[in-house]
Amino acid sequence: MALSREQIAIRVARELQDGFYVNLGIGIPTLVANYVPDNIEVMLQSENGLLGMGPFPTDDAVDADMINAGKQTVTAATGASIFSSAESFAMIRGGHVDLTVLGAFEVDVLGNIASWMIPNKLIKGMGGAMDLVAGADNIIVTMTHASKHGDSKLLNKCSLPLTGAGCIKKVLTDLAFLEIANGAFILKERAPGVSIEEIMDKTEGKLIVPDFVPEIEF
Amino acid sequence: MSGFNKVVDSYEEAMAGLEDGMTILAGGFGLCGIPENLINQVKSSGVKDLTIVSNNCGIDGFGLGVLLEDRQIKKMVSSYVGENALFEQQLLAGELEVELTPQGTLAEKMRAGGAGIPAFYTATGFGTPVGEGKEVREFSGRSYILEESITGDFAIVKGWKADKFGNVIYRHTAQNFNPLAATAGKITVVEVEEIVEPGELDPAHIHTPGIYVNRIIKGNFEKRIEQRTVRSN
Repeated sequence: MALSREQIAIRVARELQDGFYVNLGIGIPTLVANYVPDNIEVMLQSENGLLGMGPFPTDDAVDADMINAGKQTVTAATGASIFSSAESFAMIRGGHVDLTVLGAFEVDVLGNIASWMIPNKLIKGMGGAMDLVAGADNIIVTMTHASKHGDSKLLNKCSLPLTGAGCIKKVLTDLAFLEIANGAFILKERAPGVSIEEIMDKTEGKLIVPDFVPEIEF
Repeated sequence: MSGFNKVVDSYEEAMAGLEDGMTILAGGFGLCGIPENLINQVKSSGVKDLTIVSNNCGIDGFGLGVLLEDRQIKKMVSSYVGENALFEQQLLAGELEVELTPQGTLAEKMRAGGAGIPAFYTATGFGTPVGEGKEVREFSGRSYILEESITGDFAIVKGWKADKFGNVIYRHTAQNFNPLAATAGKITVVEVEEIVEPGELDPAHIHTPGIYVNRIIKGNFEKRIEQRTVRSN
């Protein structure tokens, strides 16, 4: 079975370490915040200028001046700090964020990522995604492995305009957890009940399959 | 106005000198911390062919979106746009030019512009459409692109409190691009919720020192929320 959105978030959350500063993108990455293990502390960075994002406010505590990068009303966690957009991207670009999780349309064997633009469709913009992928060393991309029509999104070469070049090393799809190194995807883990053949079939880019590929446990 | 007192009493006075073809830097992220009333004054002034530098372009009927209604914007420099139908319509009709700029690069362009730095190298956008045609230089084995900074004829800024000398503090995440825009306008206009006497704000807590600010005005704000999200209990 392919992983659900929640299962993808649960698996990503296992990459969190105590004391990590983490930036979570919009969509599935945001769900990771729901699965932070009880025994560790992480601080969420929101690129509009908040380090230490707390839960959504209660109805009576909603404040128009307190939002996250998804423009949702949020609260500040204990020990949070708030700053300008330039300061926020100094943290991001300067490599101070320990883990970045974001979505993508395509990734390829060279660690390229395309996530912001589909030519001939309305282009809304890259927001902070280009800064995030250029600045972070530790990035996990969450995405579906293939399109609804079965076309692979893990490619030898991205077909869409890039968000960043050579910056992705870890990809978690609904079918598998993979690393990117030396011009290939390396299959590290697979979704429960998903065969290696199916993953091979849905991975266009060069894929290295080790002798033993464990299933992700939940 | 005398000495360092920068308070003006009307929005006409606040935006006096604005002309067709000018560049305006605007603070705000989404609808958070936007200079609502200064934007409305730009609209009622009727100036045209504006270049607007702002992370976003408001929504239909609110924020910078109102400047689309009479086609006052010639060009937007933003990281994320198109939350409004009118924007999409004018973009597709070729009536509006958009220069999409990564959010961190946009912030740094304003910061650098205000700080007298004409350009800077960043890895952001290298190897992407953003880097096309830009100078590339390698530092320590990594490639960076040269990005030019931005200044504006006007900067329009939303603060929380200011003293009469133009020292400004922002509230929560309504800070965002505001202090950066404030540094980079030839004329910087700040509208705030409260104006206090000099000395009432702690000097160590000032976000934007008054030296950057030309005009201060007290406004009333709707503070519309784009995505109201709450938890139960």
